[in-house]
Amino acid sequence: MPTTTTPTPAPTTAAAPARRRDPRAAVWVPAALVVLVASVVGSVMVGAADLGAADVGRTLVTHLGLGGLLGVEPLPALQDATIWELRMPRVLTAAAVGAGLAVCGVVMQALTRNPLADPYLLGLSSGASFGAVLVLGAGVALLLPLAAFVGALAALAAALLLARAMGVMTPTRIVLAGLAVSQLAAAATSFVVFWSAQGDAYRDILSWLMGSVARSTWTSVAIAGVAVLVVGGLLASTGSVLDAFTFGDTAAAGLGLDVQRTRWVLLVGVALLTGALVSVSGAIGFVGLTLPHAVRMLTGARHRLLLPLAGLFGASFLVWADTIARTVFAPRELPVGIVTAAIGAPVFAVLLWRGKAV
Amino acid sequence: MRDRTTDGTSRVAAPGSTPGLEVARVRWSVAGRLIVDDVDCTAPPGAFTGLLGPNGSGKSSLLRLVAGITVPDAGTAAFAGTDLASVRRRERARRVAFVEQEAAAETPLRVLDAVLLGRIPHRSLLAGDTDADRHLAREALARVGMAEFADRSLATLSGGERQRVHVARALAQEPSLLLLDEPTNHLDVAAQLATMTLARKLAADGVTVLAALHDLNLAAAACDHVVMLDAGRVVAAGSVKEVLVPAVIEQVYGVRCDVLEHPATGRPVLAFS
Repeated sequence: MPTTTTPTPAPTTAAAPARRRDPRAAVWVPAALVVLVASVVGSVMVGAADLGAADVGRTLVTHLGLGGLLGVEPLPALQDATIWELRMPRVLTAAAVGAGLAVCGVVMQALTRNPLADPYLLGLSSGASFGAVLVLGAGVALLLPLAAFVGALAALAAALLLARAMGVMTPTRIVLAGLAVSQLAAAATSFVVFWSAQGDAYRDILSWLMGSVARSTWTSVAIAGVAVLVVGGLLASTGSVLDAFTFGDTAAAGLGLDVQRTRWVLLVGVALLTGALVSVSGAIGFVGLTLPHAVRMLTGARHRLLLPLAGLFGASFLVWADTIARTVFAPRELPVGIVTAAIGAPVFAVLLWRGKAV
Repeated sequence: MRDRTTDGTSRVAAPGSTPGLEVARVRWSVAGRLIVDDVDCTAPPGAFTGLLGPNGSGKSSLLRLVAGITVPDAGTAAFAGTDLASVRRRERARRVAFVEQEAAAETPLRVLDAVLLGRIPHRSLLAGDTDADRHLAREALARVGMAEFADRSLATLSGGERQRVHVARALAQEPSLLLLDEPTNHLDVAAQLATMTLARKLAADGVTVLAALHDLNLAAAACDHVVMLDAGRVVAAGSVKEVLVPAVIEQVYGVRCDVLEHPATGRPVLAFS
């Protein structure tokens, strides 16, 4: 007889803990994580210089200081720099930005109960763009992330103050206030571009306005990564709170939520995260709008699974979108925002057409 | 009129029993307009109380004030002897459930998921549904006669079925006090009667039910106790036979009516002329 030292599984589910995980989560979340890791490694391999997964692994091991320990020789300097200084920061920034935008999109759509809501709803992207073109036009590109972040927060503050001034902060008022601030900031941006931009500055500005991760550095990874892990992680844990808003503010209040305070806190969280993302990548469109709808078709409307899955798939999506942006017309590059719009808009149209998304 | 109010209510609550809902001097105004004007009323425990009155008489506002969704300018709403304003929001949501008029979701939602929302006040906001939650949600669906609809999409249901799902969501909160805002609105007559039967059944199970109602005859047929509001004030309160009399109806609605007796139930039937 075989000696079974391994504990046999509990005979019935009666002994299982009451707080059992959603069985779908046990499948989808690991699957989405695997897809993301594969996407990151795969995307680093793709490009003008021919690199394999082994090369990516060697570079990682080397830079993590494990080369001696594992007996791995570093790659030649050029290949190593291609992976470590060019592609890794770019791919990781894309992943962080994609994850953050998708999570913010879910939160905004739930909070405003508006299927057209996205992270830029409160004028964040327009405000960031205005901040960015001010410094780009002035030729001080170093200050760009800071200027964009400040611009985003200023737009948020203006939108929220305007929404407050209209009375109680209802979803409709938030949307309207965001629209007003957006339009004003967009007009100011156009004015600056029209007035001052010439030659290369013009292309820089346009590339930034469309959204691009081409200039990502490890600093970009740090900014976007920390923002996503901290703020994005917190937002992704608000599934039950967002669920409570399913039938609107009154229902949420009836379920024991402080509706105004909750909305305020979540909007500020979305603004901080989106501001940080926009500061490194510009305003990449359609990730925050389309990804939530697409993932919702997998998970249903409940948010506990939707939030993390949207984040993970958003990350993979933007990694591949950026891979397309830098390879399709190589050596010329597109701003990744063009690719996300080219994919996102038709997908959104299909979701609408199938009548399931909204 | 105020005297009659107190008389009517004190007669219904049995002496010595735990008090039900007691609304005392609740006053609420919005944009300078007084909507709820010094309202005193009660809903006896384990009974079905109808909140009646014309459009704009403050029925919905009063329900929202009792539910704690809006905060009164003055006055208190107490249930089972506890001032509901002194209870934390989540705790209150475990005692009081509110079904508003025509709550709609913007995203496609499964019926069981809609009902599971009612479990939110009972668990940490970080926790997901447990098997116990799912069991309670299915039980709530069964209580409203919708057990077999659990896996349907909410959007495919009729108005009456959706209304029942919302009641099931409220029941999943395991409330002692259930507030219904015009639960029969836009329903056909069968669905209206079914909703009233359900409210009576819940009251018989020990839930105190307070429902804003439009249709006086429905209220006459189903309610144990009624409160008549007009322009934010309580005009009359008491049993159906005490309140639904020609004088009150004419004063509040400005219409004449005769009160007949239902041949089968003996309850009042209003015939308007």
